[in-house]
Amino acid sequence: MARKPVAFRTLIVVALVIVLCFLTLPIVAIFVDVSPRELVASLDDPEAREALWLSLRTTLAALAIIVVFGTPAAYLLATREFRGRELVTTLIELPLVLPPAAAGIALLAAFGPEGILGGALADAGIELALTTAAVVVALTFVAAPFYLRQAQAAFAAIDPALLDAARTLGASEARAFVRVAIPCAGPGISAGLALAWGRALGEFGATLMFAGSFSGITQTVPLAIFSEFNRDFPGALALSAVLVAVSAALLLSVKLLGRSPLLGGAQA
Amino acid sequence: MLRASIATTLREFGLEVELEVEAGSCVALVGPSGAGKSTVLRAIAGLHRPEAGRIALDGEVWFDAEVGTDLAPEQRSCGYLFQEYALFPHLSAWRNVAFGLDHLPGDERRARAQAALDRFGVGRLAEQRPTHLSGGERQRVALARALARDPEVLLLDEPLAALDARTAAESGRELSATLARVDVPTVLVTHDFADAALLADSIAVIDRGAIVQRGTAGDLSARPATSFVADFAGAAVLVGRAHRGESGLTVVDLEGGGTITSTDEVSGDVAAAVYPWEVILEPAGTVAEVSAMNHVEGTVASITEIGNRARVGLEIPQPLAAEVTAASIARLGVAPGTRVAATWKATATRLVPR
Repeated sequence: MARKPVAFRTLIVVALVIVLCFLTLPIVAIFVDVSPRELVASLDDPEAREALWLSLRTTLAALAIIVVFGTPAAYLLATREFRGRELVTTLIELPLVLPPAAAGIALLAAFGPEGILGGALADAGIELALTTAAVVVALTFVAAPFYLRQAQAAFAAIDPALLDAARTLGASEARAFVRVAIPCAGPGISAGLALAWGRALGEFGATLMFAGSFSGITQTVPLAIFSEFNRDFPGALALSAVLVAVSAALLLSVKLLGRSPLLGGAQA
Repeated sequence: MLRASIATTLREFGLEVELEVEAGSCVALVGPSGAGKSTVLRAIAGLHRPEAGRIALDGEVWFDAEVGTDLAPEQRSCGYLFQEYALFPHLSAWRNVAFGLDHLPGDERRARAQAALDRFGVGRLAEQRPTHLSGGERQRVALARALARDPEVLLLDEPLAALDARTAAESGRELSATLARVDVPTVLVTHDFADAALLADSIAVIDRGAIVQRGTAGDLSARPATSFVADFAGAAVLVGRAHRGESGLTVVDLEGGGTITSTDEVSGDVAAAVYPWEVILEPAGTVAEVSAMNHVEGTVASITEIGNRARVGLEIPQPLAAEVTAASIARLGVAPGTRVAATWKATATRLVPR
């Protein structure tokens, strides 16, 4: 019997089609059910606008924290050999597999009023529970591993000779990091940024448990969708459509930024 | 004068190397891959910290294990040419060069970088990213970058290994001319003995972390200390003046007398590399009726046996080496002091300008 390379090719194409349909159908369904006019109208709802604005502020704050601390940490993990590195990497990735509800409980146990650090925080005058700051903490906790993983992989993929070359050309370690490592890891870093931002925008469980759902204070878009869902399905649908559109636009622009020569995202 | 004594542990064996390199001269470390050659360069540049030893340039100590001195790479003045050139992929050619000129004001950096690129014939590629350059062009940009800072030591790691054979021959000639201009100590690392013979003033053969023999290419070729050196250290180097001869071949008038022929097209002062295993010996006075173009007579200076073969050192009067079987030595009656004729092909004669 003759070999049939066609069979395998058909199989992989069919697999892709199934994956694509399954993953995009629900998203398409949102926009089928919501007319553009309803979508615009939903933006007029002050509660929806407040939720959107809160989501934008909290995710940006969380991303800033993640980038500032995560980038050097990922660089260290990627470029230094030390005992227990694997363990550290695994610990950092742990929140990835934590169920959101468990993450919420864990945050309460650590930073809540009765938590391990709760007393110390209260003494320092910091009241986290049920505040906007608590939302940022929850978002940072769940989104950081996405960024760290990508950034670490991107730094590890840099040819070490490039960093050595920078040093022999008179650059300190810090300058080699800023001028060579970050631009060379640009595409990977921005991909990690996009993933972390996406995760933060969609965060629901941990925020609900740790920060609660108070309109204007802790009610981000996903929480607003849930509270609408209990009262008014079309309203929830419209808000979901907005979130999908905003998320897609953000992810797309971050990806494009990563390819721009500004971040050094040249085709290597 | 660069003095380095370096002791460190590699994956499978210890590395212990001592080097002294005069300003303006080039010492080659030659050996198989994994012998520890690159580690020596990395230690000199400060990219690898040896367990013991001392590295000093003139009076300035860069590393001293006993005192605890260990200057950071950016505090040592090393021009380092990396094996795959390590050009920054996100920067254009001139910005790659300017990276090392950070101490200068902006417009001067640009001018200096452009001048460095011009000097290596790649000035027109200043705005190109490394991905758009050929292997030879990358090597020139990398060399321009390494030398633009006026380093006090030049370190070359397999400068020709990343190039195809044709480009490597041309780059080798250019590099040789560059090394003649550079007046700082240069350490060259290569696995190719012929490259070392043509580019360096003296050669140290390194195997499994230790230098097994040092000398000029001619010494090593004629009198290898071990069979490892014999296998590795090939080419003898003859110097002379080249001009274009009949039928398009290059004729080299050797210093001290004699002429040889090569297919390489070079003129002026040259060095010619000839491998001992390319050379055939015959009794003196015979007229070889073979296609080989080179036929010179000389006196046997030394015979070094290596297993079932022997390296015969000749004076023609420049040193040349031939590798023949022990049986041939007996049959031809070759002994120190006897006259023999050496024959080899013009295509087996590699030339570089001196």
